This record gives sequence, C-alpha cells and structure tokens, in this order.
Amino acid sequence: MGLSDVFTLVCVVAGAILFLAGTLGLLRFPDTLSRLHALSKADNLGLGLIVLGLLPLQASLMGGVKLVCIWLLAQLSAATATQLIAGIAARRKPQA
Amino acid sequence: MSLLFDIALVAGLIALALHVVVTRDGRGAILAFIAFGLLLGIGWARLASVDVALTEAAIGGGLTGMLLLRAHAHLAREIPPEAMSRAVPRSWLAPAIACGLVTLALGAVVLAFPQPAPSLAHQAVASLETTGLGNPVTAVLLAYRAIDTLLEKIVLILALVGVWSLSRDAAWGGASQLRPAVIPEPLVFLARVLPPFGVLIAVYQVWVGADLPGGTFQAGTILAAMALLVMLAGLRPAPQTQSKALRVMLAGGPALFVLVGFLGVAVAQGFLSYPEAIAKPLIVGIEAALTLSIAGTLALLVAGPPDRAPAP
Repeated sequence: MGLSDVFTLVCVVAGAILFLAGTLGLLRFPDTLSRLHALSKADNLGLGLIVLGLLPLQASLMGGVKLVCIWLLAQLSAATATQLIAGIAARRKPQA
Repeated sequence: MSLLFDIALVAGLIALALHVVVTRDGRGAILAFIAFGLLLGIGWARLASVDVALTEAAIGGGLTGMLLLRAHAHLAREIPPEAMSRAVPRSWLAPAIACGLVTLALGAVVLAFPQPAPSLAHQAVASLETTGLGNPVTAVLLAYRAIDTLLEKIVLILALVGVWSLSRDAAWGGASQLRPAVIPEPLVFLARVLPPFGVLIAVYQVWVGADLPGGTFQAGTILAAMALLVMLAGLRPAPQTQSKALRVMLAGGPALFVLVGFLGVAVAQGFLSYPEAIAKPLIVGIEAALTLSIAGTLALLVAGPPDRAPAP
C-alpha cells in the first residue's frame, strides 16, 4: 500500500464520517436552520474530502479536473438551496 | 462489500417506493419520488448502464419531479385544502391483490430467463463501425432503431400541443407566467452563474454521446433546466408560444430527422438508413437539432399552458 493509497483512505473515511455526522445532525437538530447547517457541512466538506481522496486514483489530469468541477458545482447548488430554504424558514417564523 | 452496498440500495429503493404509495401527503410523496429517481439512477450505474442512469436521474428524478410539483401546487391553489385531505373511502383489497399478482408474475418471468439471457449486444457492437460511432447505445437509438427514437420525439411534441391546448382562448399563443411574486436573491445569483456551465455541459454531452455515455435526452434536460432557471429567476420572460422562431426550434429536430430519413430512401438502402460514408456527421447533426427541440419541449412542458394574452 503506497503513500497515495493511505492518503485516499484517510480522506475518504474522513469524508464519510462527515456525511454520517451531517445526517445525524439533519435527523436530530431541533430547528430548520441548525439542520441546514449540519447538512451543508456534509455537502461541502464531506464531498470535498472524498473528491480530494479520489484525486490520486485518477489516471488522467482531465479526470481530476472533472472531479473538482463536480465538487464546485455541488457547492454552488448546495449553497443556493440552503440559502433558499433558510430564507423561507426565516420568513415563515420570524426570529424573536 | 459491493454486495452490501447493492442490498442497501435495493432496500432504499423499495422503502421509498412503498413510501410514495402509502403516504397521504401529496408533496411528501413527490419528494420521495424524486429521491427514488436519483437512487434508481445509482442503481442503473451499478448495472453499468451509464446512459440509462443519466437519463433516469435527469428525467425520472428531476424533470418528472418538477412537473409533479407544479401540478400539485396548481391543485392546492384550486382545490380547498380540506377537500384534498379528506380521506376518500376506497377499497384497497382489489388493487393490492392485482399489484401482488403483477409482482409475482414479473418475478416468475425474471427467474425463468434462459441462461445466458438472449441478447443482441454482440450484433450491436459488431456493426458499430458502419455507423462511425463508438457508443453502442447511441448507435441503437439513432441508427438501428431510429424509427423508435423518431416517434418518441414526435410524441413529446404532441404532449406539448396537449398542454398548450389547455390554455384559455384569450391566452392562446401567449406566454406562461413562471416568475414568482417574490424572487429570492440567491436564486437570481444561481441563474446568473450556472447557465454558462450548464450549456457547456450540455454541448459536451451531445458531442461525447457519439462515443461515450451521454446523448440528446440528457443534454436536452440540462438545457431545459437552465432555461427554466433563468425564467424562474425573472431574468428573462417565458417565450411567446406563438413565436415563429420557437416553433421552428421545437419542430426542427424531428423535421430534420424525417428529412434525413426520406433522403435515405433516395441515396441509401431505405427510410432512415444513412449512407455509410457520412453516417457519423449526419447522426451528430440530427442529435444537435434534436437536443434543441427536446430542451424547448421539456422546458415548455414544465412551464405549462400559456396564461397571458399574446403580445401584439
């Protein structure tokens, strides 16, 4: 097992743990905004770590670039969706 | 390890399917249906059918989900909530028995498949070079079984005509009102940033579809999504459905397909057969025109019947 395999293993496992933690937060946190907070951590950092871990496995440079693009697009859509849901939640129940 | 993953995937699919059927909450059922489509896409990817996986995620998950959500919102506006939630007494025994029988019959058929299963895959790959393509799925769709694909696109146009015919007489030829009353700021930002990338990915999908997984339907759905995003964020109004340019774009793909099909009678072996030397350019050209048609059709299907009077 080479050094790059250890790197992949550590990153992907860390990403998976973040997804698990995000899911736990989504299920257990009391209000919409905290749940969104937990979910966006999993989306951004968890997916980022998994992409980072998979980078050394790519045969070509293009494969790596595509993976990073997928992460960036997921970031953009997740951030927008989170903002939209948070906006609706804030409008529905004004903070005291 | 991958068996464990597959079992979890199948369990998730069955649980979501049951939830869609059992739940009383219409919107919840639609959201579960979208998740079901995305999960089914992963299932197809596990079966190494990347073309089907992409289409399932785009059409089954995304587009159908959006159509259903819009239909649900319309219903909620027109039917008072108490009428919607009122439980209709219905007998569940007969449907349950019928569904159970269908499931049993399907299971029996699957188990009764001869080993190895009959397949045309070898012939499809063997004649691939006469089409100049590298992706057997595209070869099946655009060359071997082109008539199926052609009819499918025409059905889409007919569906759109059906939706348009639901508009009031005064709004015939007008545009749909897609823009919400309040447009959230982040949506506008997304609608400004995402479409260039979406268009790039769609072009890539059409181009790469000749040799690798990808193709017209996936690319058309992405383009439709970008168009809807721009219209929903209020950056551009929905197009007038009486516009000549729009109608040419909608009908252009199938029309080019039919035209090339009849040219085949004159210069090749028959209807929808391509001269071998220029098969690939012809197929890519048809795919490009079809993609625009599909994108327009899908976006306007989601936009719904026009409800504004046409501009003079």
